Amino acid sequence: MSEKVLMKGNEAFAEAAIRGGCRFYFGYPITPQSEIPEFMSRELPKRGGTFLQAESELGAINMAYGAGAAGGSVFISSSSPGIALMQEGMSFLCSAEVPLVALNVSRGGPGIGGIQPGQADYNQVTRGGGNGDYKIPVLAPASIQEAVDMLYEAAELARKWQNPIMVFADGIMGQMMEPVILPEQKPFTDASDIRAERPWAITGYGDDDTTKNVVKSLRMQPDDLERHVEYLFEKYDRAEKELVRVETQDIEDADIVLVAFGTVARIAREAIEILAERGIKAGLIRPITLWPFPYDAFDGIGDRTKVVISAELSMGQLMQDVKLGVGKRLPVKLINRTGGMIPTSLELADRAEKIYKEVK
Amino acid sequence: MATPVFEYTKGMHRVDTNFCPGCTHGIAHRLITETLDEMGMLGNAIGVAPIGCSVQAHKFMNVDMCEAAHGRAPAVASGIRRVHPDKLVYTYQGDGDLASIGTAEIVHAAARGEKFTTFFINNCIYGMTGGQMAPTTLIGQKSTTSQDGRTKEQAGNPIRVSELLSTLDGAVYVERVALNTPANIRKAKAAVRRAFEIQRQGLGFTFIEFLSTCPTNWGVTPPDAMKWLTDNMLPYYPLGVYKQPEKQDGEVAK
Repeated sequence: MSEKVLMKGNEAFAEAAIRGGCRFYFGYPITPQSEIPEFMSRELPKRGGTFLQAESELGAINMAYGAGAAGGSVFISSSSPGIALMQEGMSFLCSAEVPLVALNVSRGGPGIGGIQPGQADYNQVTRGGGNGDYKIPVLAPASIQEAVDMLYEAAELARKWQNPIMVFADGIMGQMMEPVILPEQKPFTDASDIRAERPWAITGYGDDDTTKNVVKSLRMQPDDLERHVEYLFEKYDRAEKELVRVETQDIEDADIVLVAFGTVARIAREAIEILAERGIKAGLIRPITLWPFPYDAFDGIGDRTKVVISAELSMGQLMQDVKLGVGKRLPVKLINRTGGMIPTSLELADRAEKIYKEVK
Repeated sequence: MATPVFEYTKGMHRVDTNFCPGCTHGIAHRLITETLDEMGMLGNAIGVAPIGCSVQAHKFMNVDMCEAAHGRAPAVASGIRRVHPDKLVYTYQGDGDLASIGTAEIVHAAARGEKFTTFFINNCIYGMTGGQMAPTTLIGQKSTTSQDGRTKEQAGNPIRVSELLSTLDGAVYVERVALNTPANIRKAKAAVRRAFEIQRQGLGFTFIEFLSTCPTNWGVTPPDAMKWLTDNMLPYYPLGVYKQPEKQDGEVAK
């Protein structure tokens, strides 16, 4: 039954993944998402699921690969440096077409960086941090409720696209509390029903060895590998059209258009109100999917607009995609903080106003 | 009508091998799959073969299988076993894979007492990548990355994995066997059977180390490879049972 409760982000994310049908969780402690493995260790076994603490993020992603290849619905979570360690596995899962729900509760970098919120994993999650040609759909929630809805839906998406699905939240969302409506529990799949539901899974073929399955990514013949990669990219081309999501606000007749996702999009909404009081009309493009990126949304920017501003918690990583969306039509500027620092709505408004006056 | 005295096992696909002449991978493959066949478990088994010559196992073994990234098979098998606790799960790993890049995964799988079996192919060298030094390469042994022979000063001593893992409580059955003589091959098959039986009983982690050959990368003929194994590997890697479950009432330990 759906119910409204006040929950900490990380616990709500875990609850949503379980309710979305994820029966298996493999994880390793890392701030600011450690409440997730803690919650899973307590809750999953009670509800017929399995929690296993891995020896490392490498272990976790490979357990997830094994369980996913065996037909289980799997959820993993980590934070930026841990996600970096998982990239070997992400590349492997994409090639082998193994579904997975992954959550990055991101923090500042590079290196160990810090434990405060960041978006500097933008390239890591949207460009594929591992080797080879592959894509992972990335969903970027701006509230705990939106994250809950995404994580609830993600297992089904992962299965439909036979690919990992990444939810990219930041440390603020993991640590803050908000009221959320939790959706109803979807049933877990019994081990004995997996073969019928996922005929590609390695389950043991039973009596009929003509149905033997192999889950793999090694292709020694270059023409074979090329065909496989082209096949994957036909899939990604379809995903690019079907999965892209964006929210726009007043971009048709704005003086400036802000582009921001996640927590920064919430700050930008407040900044837009401050700017309005100062007589500057600002619009907002909020990418909800970071890959596929909503480039087409930029075509909706009206003739009145003088500048497009990427507002982000990284050094212009999002801005690269904003520039691709805007083309040569308008100047693109950056307002950013990094290292775990977060702009206030006032800071964002002040900096946007300054940029607007410079380009006007 | 003539009665067949020998038949190809159902556990192996009837395809040409691409292992080198004198390589013992084929023997190990056959021992594992023939045992699964004899147990009636071919269709209820799931295998994992990570990078190295091992990765080709799915072409030969008539079992549902997956590949794994280099060294990660024990983590992958841990995940598989969680989804299918009633199936026989095994990993098939070489020495570079298991004893070098995959040490964290194998040690923790054993420590957790994961209920799968690892078959460890120890031939003292990297095979697929072309004869580089492995953690199991013997002192004095030449490889493409120890061209004058491995020294203790430069690379440390070779790791004895069976001895190492047998110190962990979660590892309930650890045996080192060799594929160098018919008698030892028969003993190896008995070990495979015992490992699978113990896994089926859910007692914990089971581990069989196969001392194996790599004539191509050792630079010797197949017959000389068997002799090299006997002369050089057996003294450093003694055969035997390093760990086994406590005897049940009335049962005689093998």
